[in-house]
This record gives sequence, structure tokens and C-alpha cells, in this order.
Amino acid sequence: MTNKRNIWLTGPYLVWIAGFIILPLLVILFYAFTNPAGNFTFSNITAAVTDITNIKAFGLTMLLGFLATAICLLLAYPLALCLTKLKIKQKSSVIFLFILPMWMNFMLQMVAINVILEDNGIINMLLSSLGLPNMHIANTFGAILIGMVYDYFPFMLLPIYNTVSRIDKDLINASKDLGASSFMTFLKVTLPLSMPGVISGITMVFVPAISDFAIAEMLGGGKIMLIGNVVEMSFTKGQYFQGSGLALILMLFVVASSLIPGDDEAEASVEGGVVLP
Amino acid sequence: MEKNPIITLKDISLSFDGEQVLDKLDLSIYDGEFVTLLGPSGCGKTSTLRIIGGFLTPDSGDVFFGDKRVNDLPPYKRPVNTIFQRYALFPHLNVYDNVAFGMKVQKKNKAEIAETVDRMLTMVGLKGFEKRTVSTLSGGQQQRVAIARALANNPKVLLLDEPLAALDLKLRKEMQNELKNMQKSLGITFIYVTHDQEEALTMSDRVVVMDGGVIQQIGTPIDIYNEPQNVFVADFIGDSNLFSGIMVRDLLVNILGVDFPCVDTGFGENNPVDVVIRPEDVLLVPAKDGQITGTVTSLIFKGVHYEMNIMAGGYKWLVHSTKMEPVGAEVGLCVEPENIQIMHKPHSVQQEGHGIDE
Ligand SMILES: Nc1ncnc2c1ncn2[C@@H]1O[C@H](COP(=O)(O)OP(=O)(O)O)[C@@H](O)[C@H]1O
Ligand SMILES: [Mg+2]
Repeated sequence: MTNKRNIWLTGPYLVWIAGFIILPLLVILFYAFTNPAGNFTFSNITAAVTDITNIKAFGLTMLLGFLATAICLLLAYPLALCLTKLKIKQKSSVIFLFILPMWMNFMLQMVAINVILEDNGIINMLLSSLGLPNMHIANTFGAILIGMVYDYFPFMLLPIYNTVSRIDKDLINASKDLGASSFMTFLKVTLPLSMPGVISGITMVFVPAISDFAIAEMLGGGKIMLIGNVVEMSFTKGQYFQGSGLALILMLFVVASSLIPGDDEAEASVEGGVVLP
Repeated sequence: MEKNPIITLKDISLSFDGEQVLDKLDLSIYDGEFVTLLGPSGCGKTSTLRIIGGFLTPDSGDVFFGDKRVNDLPPYKRPVNTIFQRYALFPHLNVYDNVAFGMKVQKKNKAEIAETVDRMLTMVGLKGFEKRTVSTLSGGQQQRVAIARALANNPKVLLLDEPLAALDLKLRKEMQNELKNMQKSLGITFIYVTHDQEEALTMSDRVVVMDGGVIQQIGTPIDIYNEPQNVFVADFIGDSNLFSGIMVRDLLVNILGVDFPCVDTGFGENNPVDVVIRPEDVLLVPAKDGQITGTVTSLIFKGVHYEMNIMAGGYKWLVHSTKMEPVGAEVGLCVEPENIQIMHKPHSVQQEGHGIDE
């Protein structure tokens, strides 16, 4: 039973939600279905999904989101497994190392990545000194991808690490005791038990990745348009109606992609989630 | 017993972070017996079991299965199965898949798996629970699934780490019987870990009493109870009156300033010894007939017997008797010679220690 007398304690937060979450959503909704004359219309929505640049931006966004998520997952999972094997003292310092970038100013992160990727940046300097041909990475699709992986990696690592490290060591022992090799044990015990963390990690990387515009702007040199950039541009150009239509569609996608894994009946006994050490 | 041991631990030592957990442990286990490792929490029982299971590598010493040295054999290749202290059932699998786990990874055929799972679940009384997830089971049922899962692999030896510790008293008694019956009917060797001396005494063929990573005594439950080899064993197993005495000569020991006839020989003359007398072996007689006299200081009715504290010779004796004497009563105490157990003082235990293994 909930204590009804304490319900007023949620009051401040309800005010916050109403002012900064519900209200803006309603404004977007209103704009999305209104034309400049102030009448109800579907044209903002239809324009958003039929415009060829939008469709291209949309495809590119999905591709980036998918690649960034996949790379983060492939990097984070083995790392999380290794981390659980470390001694406690080493563990916290290694994890600290990986979440350190989260505490750095975003602009600074982006500038730093650019310094590394630039045509006369660190990577190309290294390549030159080895006598290898230079690579043009800055302001490309690849640069944005690197930026996203860099920025979102902790959000993949932490939930996976949290679930993996909470798996009872005796479950692993029991599996081996029953005749499963280390590899079989991984497939049949560790992997299924860490799925909640994996799903949580995927959601936490994919969702911000497909709604991003800042990384694309900073590392794409304004040449590469993601759906987030199109939305942003519409608003900066004062095209509130079209922008809201697009934003609404993007939002639907974000909601959808965070709901799909929700159907998974993964055991709730081990929950994923970000816990800062 | 002229059988060859099925498992032998030779000179096993183990330490964690410089702390000695097992110290030169020697132990032989024979085919088909029920052996219990008994000792207080932290004495190294689980560690010993894990070394046999292959989850821990000893710092030194050897583990043999039959006459094959298995130090480097990984757990999944060892012909033993374990029932873990907290069951360690797979939370993502249902009862059927938990029990079938071992056979599935060994790629047994489907029909055989289904038949074995069915037989195992019938044996532990959980038929019809196949589709249940383990988190919906009670502690006792989870315990049964763990047993079925381990036995489905048809192990030669079953390792059980305090398997009943989490169950309530009634269920625990029930499971003790069931486990003992299973062990007999299947003819599997059980290596059982517990800190509960009563459990150890009622279930085992042999008991290994451990303390501080050292084996204190190995013997049948009756030996361990009636003839403890040192103060630790006497104190840990059952209730006891422990005295520091002097062995006057063969067949005579002095405790609390009184000479008691006993049946032990070979302790020398006027040597300090430890003496244990079980509370049920102290006889209450009229004060004038006692070997020593004292005053009853407390009295508790225990159902079958009375438990009394009697101050005699400056020592508070614990006495179990069906005769009731009121608090304050003057009584005489007698002990039959064969009920006085004489033990070497600890410093000489080491010299004797290895001879105990019988
Ligand atoms: N993984 C470990 N790391 C450090 N110390 C341990 C570890 N496992 C057990 N110990 C220590 O070893 C001793 C024996 O433990 P254990 O074998 O579990 O005893 P028991 O099962 O008899 O209670 C204890 O003092 C315990 O603290
Ligand atoms: Mg233990």
C-alpha cells in the first residue's frame, strides 16, 4: 500500500513535468498538425515522410545508429567480461577511466576528436611518419561514427557490466560442474543472463544516436545531414510547422525502438541500468 | 576396509591472501560411503569441496580420483557433481531445462534426456513442475531441483555443500532421511558438508571433524562421539564436561583433586591430560555414595531427561538425568570408568594426529 499522505512530495516533480515535458510536447503536437494559417493539417507529416532529402537523412541516421550501436556492443561486451575478473581495486579505476569522458565538456570532446582525425591531425601525422598514405576522415560519415562510439560507449559498457558482474559465480561453477566447457557456459549461462544489460545498453546507445544532431554537426562539418540536423535546421530557419512534423516522426521512431526490446521476457532478476560507481 | 579409495587428497594446502585456509590435509574417501566434513564456519569445508570439484586449485598437494592425479583436470571433465550452498539453479531456465542442462551440453539424445529428467523429477517428488521457473519454487523445492540436476548426470561422487542449511527444521529432518535413502539406493558416494553436528552424526558413515583448516579427527559417528581425540572434537560434538586432569598412572586419573578409576593406559605417570565426560554419563547418587559431591544450581526439564548444573569440586558439571533433584539439593556424582575419555593435551596431538585416520 502506498502512503497517500506522502503523495504531495511528488508535487515539485509534477510541476516540473508539466512545465518542461508535457507542455513542450503539446506545443510540438500543435505545430505538427497546423499550417501557417493556423488550420489543422496533415501536410507537415506527409511532407516529412515524402521529401527525398528527409528520406535520405533518415536512412543515413538509421545506418549510423545501427553501426554505432553494433560497434559499442562489440567493444563493451568483452571488456565487461574482463572487468568482472579484475580485483576490486583495479576494477574501480578501470571503470573510472571509461566513464571519465562523460564528465568532460561536450565541445571539448568534439574538438579533441577533430584534432585526432583532421587531415593534418594526429592520425595522419602518425601515418606520414610511418611512410603510409594519409586518410581523409574528418568531416565524413566515419568521423561522426567515431564520435558517436566515443560518446555513447559508457552507456553500453555500464549496464552490461552491471548485469555481468551480478551473475552469481556459482552459476558459472554449476554450469561447468554439469559438464559445460567455458565456451558452452558462456553461451548457455553468461550470455542469456546478461541480456537485460545488453538490451538496456542497446537502447541507451541507439536512441540518442538516432536523435543526435550535435555530433553530426561538430564532426560532419555541416556536410552530412542526419534527421536530427534536418529538424534542427527547420527550427533555426523558423519553419516550426515542418520541423515539428519531422520531430514528431523521429520521436515515434525513438519510442518504438525503445519499446521493441521491452517485449523481451528477459528475467527481471538481473536488471540493467546505469549506476555510476 | 580394504577397498581402494575413490578420491584421495594428499598433503593439500591452500591460502587466501596469505591466510592459511587448509593446512596439509590428507583424506581418503571410499566408494559408496557417506562422508561428512564437519566443522565450524570458516574452517575450510567449502574450500575442500571446491578443490575436489575443481573450482579451486590448492597451493600444494595432490588430488587423486582412483589412482589418477587430477590436479589439472577442469571441473567439467571431473566425474563428480556438486550441490552448491545456495543451490545455484539457473534463473533463466525452467525446472525441466535445469535438470536437463548437464545432459544437453553433453549432447545426449532427446528421448534419453526426457526419460532421465522424468525419472529424476519423480525421484525428488517434483513431477508436474517441469514448466515452472525456479524463482516460483519454495526453498525446499529448489533444493530438490538442485539434487535432481546433479544426479541426472549420473555422477560417481556427489558433493553437497550445506545443502539443507536454508531449510526449516522439519523440512531439514525430512530431507536428511531422503538424502540418506537416495545415497543408499543409488550407491553413490556422498561428500557432505555441514556445521551441524547432529546432522553429521545421524547421516554419515564417517565424519571428518575439521577446525582451522586441519582435520581434527576422522571416524564413525559413534567413535567421534564416544572417543573424541582432543578437546576441540569433544567440545564441538555434543555437550560435554571438559577437565584438565592428571593421569596418576594407568587406569587412574585425577580430576578436581579426586582420583577416578578409568580404562585408559599408556599416558604415563603424573602426566597432564584432557578429560571429557558426557553429561548423560554422570550418575546421580545419594551424597554419601558419590565419588564427588556437589549442589544442584539449576534445573531444566527437557522432555526425556532433566538438564542440571551441579557445582562440584569447583566445576560446574552439566548432567543429564531422568532423576530429578531440586535446586539446592546435595547430591553425589559417579562416573563409570569406561565413560571417562582421556585425551592428550593439544601439544602432543600433532604427534598422534596422523594415527587417527582409521
Ligand atoms: N575466495 C576467497 N577469498 C578469500 N578468502 C576466502 C575465500 N574463500 C574462502 N575464504 C576464507 O577461507 C576460510 C575458509 O572458508 P570456507 O572453506 O568457505 O569455510 P567453511 O565452508 O568451512 O565455512 C575462511 O576464513 C574464508 O574467509
Ligand atoms: Mg561453507
